[in-house]
Amino acid sequence: MNTSLYSDKSSQVLSPASVVSAGTTSNAGRLRRLREQLLGYLFLSPSLVVFILFLFYPMVRSVYLSFQLTDPRGRVAAYVGWDNYSRMIESSAFWNSIWITVKFTLLTVPAGLVLGLLCASLVHSTGRGSKIFRFIFSIPLALSVGTASILWMILYHPSLGMLNYLLGEFGIGPIEWLTDPGSALGSVSLMTIWMNSGFPFVLLLAAIQGLDNDVMDSSRIDGASMWRTFFSIKLPLLSPTLFFLAVVSIMSAFQSFGQINILTRGGPADSTNVLVYSIYREAFINYQFGTGSALAIVLFILMLLLTAVQFLALGKKVHYQ
Amino acid sequence: MKALSHPRNPLRLFSHYGLLILLTLLVLGPLLYLLTQIFMTPDEASQYPPKLLPSGLYTGELKNAIETVPIFGFIFNSFVLATAIMVLQVLTAALAAYAFVYIRFSGSRFWFALFISTMMIPWEVTIIPNYLTVKSWGWLDSFQGLIVPFAASAFGVFLLRQFFMQLPRELFEAARIDGCGHFRHFVSVVLPLSGPAAASLAVYVFLNGWNQYLWPLLTTSSDAMRTVQIGIAMLQFEELTSWNLVLSGVALVLVPSFVLLGLGLKPLVRGITAGAVKG
Repeated sequence: MNTSLYSDKSSQVLSPASVVSAGTTSNAGRLRRLREQLLGYLFLSPSLVVFILFLFYPMVRSVYLSFQLTDPRGRVAAYVGWDNYSRMIESSAFWNSIWITVKFTLLTVPAGLVLGLLCASLVHSTGRGSKIFRFIFSIPLALSVGTASILWMILYHPSLGMLNYLLGEFGIGPIEWLTDPGSALGSVSLMTIWMNSGFPFVLLLAAIQGLDNDVMDSSRIDGASMWRTFFSIKLPLLSPTLFFLAVVSIMSAFQSFGQINILTRGGPADSTNVLVYSIYREAFINYQFGTGSALAIVLFILMLLLTAVQFLALGKKVHYQ
Repeated sequence: MKALSHPRNPLRLFSHYGLLILLTLLVLGPLLYLLTQIFMTPDEASQYPPKLLPSGLYTGELKNAIETVPIFGFIFNSFVLATAIMVLQVLTAALAAYAFVYIRFSGSRFWFALFISTMMIPWEVTIIPNYLTVKSWGWLDSFQGLIVPFAASAFGVFLLRQFFMQLPRELFEAARIDGCGHFRHFVSVVLPLSGPAAASLAVYVFLNGWNQYLWPLLTTSSDAMRTVQIGIAMLQFEELTSWNLVLSGVALVLVPSFVLLGLGLKPLVRGITAGAVKG
């Protein structure tokens, strides 16, 4: 639709190729450069149109909306200045959802990295059957938030679920996985670690396989133990990948929504009300697009800070070959 | 070389495989549960203590799931959505990446920096205005509303740009000398050569489209437009459905993803690692 508008222009730009050859030599050079210029923008235009309509414009509009009061249909009703922000900062629900988001990140990211590193190291040093294990640990890549959440919702069922049955066999439980405010966030985190475990594994395995085998072997020959080789050579060499993974996982933890919407809807007692869920609730359940946008801007600033940390830390603590 | 890096001592070998099998059980456990449940009769599935294995390969619940829920409709919608986003993103990304690598135009560095900076904008931050935009265009509950906002991605541009830069420059010069314009060069030289990178991007984009949750949740409302992820999540609210009916639905939805993973694991891994190492 939008692109067709642009390709109309393209035919105008491209067809007068004869004009170029008709001009004098200096003119021809200038025309060729102009043509090159226009072609550059023509090739960029499809992406650019999408970015402008669905990223840049909405980004600006989010900032604008965060200073407004809106009616339930999303139309601006009144300018309220910083009111949306000041009310947000004063509300305990806001700080609660920030805290829940941070806790959720701490519960999922380190565990996910350790699990990925463990699986990747084991698979790499496996001789027979390593291909099978590689495929098995990659399987979670195919999982989606919808299917994984439904599956775990059934596993987590307090009286009839498989998890409580198995734990019961060991004399533990029954655990109120999703209905107890004390355990709900942990349960959602456990399922999230499982669902997301494919990505760190795949990335770390590729990184380990890319390490220089000679360095590993010579350290082994020098008599360094497996653990020493791992901690003093492998880990530093893997640090760029681990660091990248940490940043990406933190960002994705900050953006989690689906599993919370399906498993707990932010409850019980707001114990799983992460930031993105509170944006969703504010804007699309309470129809408060103004305050919802203010929350979205907070999310944006947090992401920006995380990216800044990434750039600052890069080249300092992380080892590059 | 390899012989040095894996354990040969029997005790170590035992603990090595023991740990691997334990981890396998953790990763596969929920999926094995799913696999056993879907072949149970409703009576078997509702027993307590729960049965671990079905008594036979009962496929009644799978059929039941297909009959009671428009599951193939959901799958069709998601397939159309994911395929369209995949084709559009690969195409727009290839065009933009081509411009950044082969066309000399002023401002190209600025635009590249701007493109890359969009990766910092979380999609959730733009979701309220995007919802309002799509609503005002009358695109709610339509394929264009689901597809067009995702027709381009900075990640795709970045990935393909990296790949194009590695293509031998001589090919480009030879084509220019032959009087080949940018369009012909793009279509007949660069696109055919970009197969591996485009495949990586395509698998990645398709899976992301197939797994989309928040946007379809907001913009679709009729059963006819529901995607798999939303459709499957709706099953849980149907009061009368039995567990293994829901799980049968989940299994059916997972089949295409697994097929794609089986076929596309290699390009997918290559895409992920290329994005990560350079990113």
